[in-house]
Amino acid sequence: MVEVKNIEKSFGKLTVLKGVNVHILKGKVIAILGPNGSGKTTLIKCILGLVLPDKGDILVGGENIKNNWTYRNNIGYLPQIARFPENLSVSELFRMIRDLRKNQNTCSNSEKCCSELVSLFQVQTFLNKPLRSLSGGTRQKVNVILALMFNSDLYIFDEPTVGLDPISCVRYKETILKEKQKGKTILLTTHILSEVEEMADEIIFLMEGQIYYQGSPKELMANKKAHTLEKAIAKMLEEHEQIHTC
Amino acid sequence: MQSLIKIFKYSFYDVLRSRWTVLYFLFFLVSTFALLYFSGNMSKGIVSLMNVTLTITPLISTIFGVMHYYNSREFMELLLSQPIKRSNIFIGQYLGLAISLSFSFVAGTFIPFLSYGIFVSQEVWDFSLLIFTGAILSFIFVALAFLISILNENRIKGFGIAILVWLCMAVIYDGLILMFFVSFNDYPLEKAAVIMTTLNPIDLSRVMILLKLDISALMGYTAAVFNQSFGTTSGMIISLLSLSMWAILPIVLFNSFAKRRDF
Repeated sequence: MVEVKNIEKSFGKLTVLKGVNVHILKGKVIAILGPNGSGKTTLIKCILGLVLPDKGDILVGGENIKNNWTYRNNIGYLPQIARFPENLSVSELFRMIRDLRKNQNTCSNSEKCCSELVSLFQVQTFLNKPLRSLSGGTRQKVNVILALMFNSDLYIFDEPTVGLDPISCVRYKETILKEKQKGKTILLTTHILSEVEEMADEIIFLMEGQIYYQGSPKELMANKKAHTLEKAIAKMLEEHEQIHTC
Repeated sequence: MQSLIKIFKYSFYDVLRSRWTVLYFLFFLVSTFALLYFSGNMSKGIVSLMNVTLTITPLISTIFGVMHYYNSREFMELLLSQPIKRSNIFIGQYLGLAISLSFSFVAGTFIPFLSYGIFVSQEVWDFSLLIFTGAILSFIFVALAFLISILNENRIKGFGIAILVWLCMAVIYDGLILMFFVSFNDYPLEKAAVIMTTLNPIDLSRVMILLKLDISALMGYTAAVFNQSFGTTSGMIISLLSLSMWAILPIVLFNSFAKRRDF
């Protein structure tokens, strides 16, 4: 589904990605983990074409994404910081994005899908409110609905559960697992490891712009002889530190 | 192409809905009525309106351009992750703002002249040229404002630079030209005058309108040189071409920066 080949990116003097290779298969849930500033968001933005890598190629569904925009028809994206045109109301925003994607086949069911998601996340009462007046959690819900309302093959979520209340969190997870069963590919970044344990088939651990570990979370736990993913990752980081101090 | 039209549509309505464009429209409506009322005749009214247009349109377009760019960054970021060609997003925004500003300007000046019977007078072509120039100045200065904004992340800095550019072109440039002519007045300056005029869109517009109006007393040095070296018709064509270059070049540059930008 997604192939990232030897991506390098630097912003000025700061090198964020130093040769990252990722191969993501269709129908999997992949979690990108890593400390703050390790390049998770940059990697995701590279796949979306928001950030243009200095070197390397990215293929999405077999298409090279360089100077290409049609591949985004098949992507539902949830940005880390939701930035909306503040004067629009929630329903106007939904209508506008639907209108912009109208002619694509991924959009065929979006109106029904959107109203289902609206009642699932209980956003009905906010539909006619301008986006600037929404609380952080409600904005995040709007963000989730925007990402999920199209029938995309690939979903990319950048810290989706930040600010969501527990009920919405559970519903979000259920929706994701349902989409996975439909054969959708899901790529997400998060800091909440229980979420990863529950959902991810594979984790990619980024550190200082390079992939430090790639594999299934169970394997990592078995490898590090830990009961939880949290401990396994802590162990992995400790070993990393020891190697560096020696 | 379709997405370009849609983005243009959204941005056009967004701008029209803001009170500022209405204010801009009302400003031109009132001042044009006032100018026509006080000058009493249409050709004098056109000359006075020209002076207002040549200062105000670039200024307002610059300010609106910078404000609109920084305010709609959220909107652009949202659109960038959608299946839309990058240049369509930016060009659509540009056209939305430039066309709605020109629309306010044209409507604000057209209605008073219409009520004074411009269509049955002899000045109808002079007036059309003035309207056209005002509209093209809006396009030029919105393009310049967008170009300056994309090069500056910091909005205060971007705003400052844009206002400075306007100030240079509207006020300082003329003074510099005058100083240049005074200090080099022993040399033949015709070519230099022509080149320096084409380097400033506001001067260029003034020359173009004065050539059409054919008022030699108001022409000043640059317009007189234009008239002398090219004659009225080719002078107008040359100034028109240079003006279109002024509208096209900044937006092409803006587009190429937008294509290479990380968001």
